Amino acid sequence: MADQAIGQARPQSINLLKVLGPVHVWALGVGIVLVGEFMGWNYAVGKGGALGCLIAMWVIGLLYTCVAMIDSEITSTVAAAGGQYAQAKHTIGPLMAFNVGLYLVFAYTMLEAGDVQVVGFLVQIGAGDFNLGAPAHWQPWVVLSLMILAWLNYRGVFMTLTINFWITFIAFLSIIVMFIGVEPWNPGKILLHKDLLTDLPYGWIGVLASLHFGIWFYLGIEGTCQAAEEVRSPGRALPLGTITGIITLLIAAALTWYVAVGLLPWEYVGWDLELAPLYDVAKVSGSTFLKAFLFIGTLFSAIASANGCINDAARAWFSMGRDRYLPVWFAAVHPKYRTPFRSIIFLIPIGIVFAIWVPLAQVITFSILSGLLNYTFMPINMWKFRNKWPLGTIKRGFIHPFHPLPAIVLLTLCIATFFAIYLGYGNQLLAMMLFYIVASLWFVVFRYKYVRRGDQFTMAWPRPRGY
Amino acid sequence: MWDALEWIAWAISAAIFIWMFYDAWRVDRDYSEDILLSSREGVDELIPEKKGA
Repeated sequence: MADQAIGQARPQSINLLKVLGPVHVWALGVGIVLVGEFMGWNYAVGKGGALGCLIAMWVIGLLYTCVAMIDSEITSTVAAAGGQYAQAKHTIGPLMAFNVGLYLVFAYTMLEAGDVQVVGFLVQIGAGDFNLGAPAHWQPWVVLSLMILAWLNYRGVFMTLTINFWITFIAFLSIIVMFIGVEPWNPGKILLHKDLLTDLPYGWIGVLASLHFGIWFYLGIEGTCQAAEEVRSPGRALPLGTITGIITLLIAAALTWYVAVGLLPWEYVGWDLELAPLYDVAKVSGSTFLKAFLFIGTLFSAIASANGCINDAARAWFSMGRDRYLPVWFAAVHPKYRTPFRSIIFLIPIGIVFAIWVPLAQVITFSILSGLLNYTFMPINMWKFRNKWPLGTIKRGFIHPFHPLPAIVLLTLCIATFFAIYLGYGNQLLAMMLFYIVASLWFVVFRYKYVRRGDQFTMAWPRPRGY
Repeated sequence: MWDALEWIAWAISAAIFIWMFYDAWRVDRDYSEDILLSSREGVDELIPEKKGA
């Protein structure tokens, strides 16, 4: 390999570019999640009825508010790519960090696969609904959307997340327009809550089971942390982007639930084969404008989510490579675009394989389980962080109030949600746990010897209390 | 019409992947691994005193 390219001055080191602001952080977090308002959450209605889903939405909303608060404090202080992985490395240790890194890569790669799969289905559905013929295959659109998004990510983070901001904003706007379009100020005219809302059809056990799919309303907001190394001002941008992100999602979730269960019977909303309830609501409303706008909103939300997931999975993979938890080859930064280009390319085929050959419910369950394992780590992380570096010992970008209450609430709700998942997907849960145990053994026996222990701790902090 | 569009989609996807692969190969050829792997966690280019930390 030539060391120098003709006519180009070389920097001494190449790092990820610090070009992002709070708007990009919002676009990353909300962009990943918002697809969950357009689809997926409705299976919670199938488990617990419309009111059961409402309770799940509140309970899981509380879970994610705790996630956002904890993440805002730690990530604004540990401003490094890899997000929770980098946090785990500093607060707990290598084995936890390796596991958290894997949780992140799996959660985002599986979600990305599910998103582009949905894009393929939507092209088929939309073509039929708008009388444009019927595409024979959905796979070409899956691969095309993933390739275009990977290319965007390869070419630079600023453009990637600026585009994500606009498509996420349009998708969010479509929910607002839908809400206004069904005239909520005029109950009984279009919205029929009085007729459609029933008691809990499966009792409180149904409500508990619905926690599993209630996660869809907010899954991925913690992805804002992956931008930590690329924001101009981590102490300001990360808490601002994350907290406004969770507020946006709480509003979007409430509007989505209110509109969908006011127009469609709960048995239909929660039906296993119901893909996009908000789009169906638009179709039932009889407005061609709403139908077209909600189709665009649904499509954009899936694209924005896949885009953010490619960004985040690549950052986590890159970060693990940089610390030699994985081959260091993955830690290369593109000299022109300043992106983790090898990690981006490496994860493309994995996304395609899962998008084309694994059913949607399976890939999403893998994503939810990995995400939930990550959330379970967060309260432990928070306790360790505050114990090792109490307030006042290091500079924090944000200090979340009421510690340790959010950590206790988060841990309690994670345990309840694990039980909910066990009720419906017990085998997948056990298989996933087994996978992480085997991966941990591989790391301890075969990989840890390559890790440079002293290089892992990168923050300019004083020695932790008790060490 | 959809048959043709599907083929176009496959062709664009292949072209994008080939471009990324070619660009990555070109970067590997033109730059040393030391440069490409020189990224360090905790380095902030906007704060000069932290450079090379």
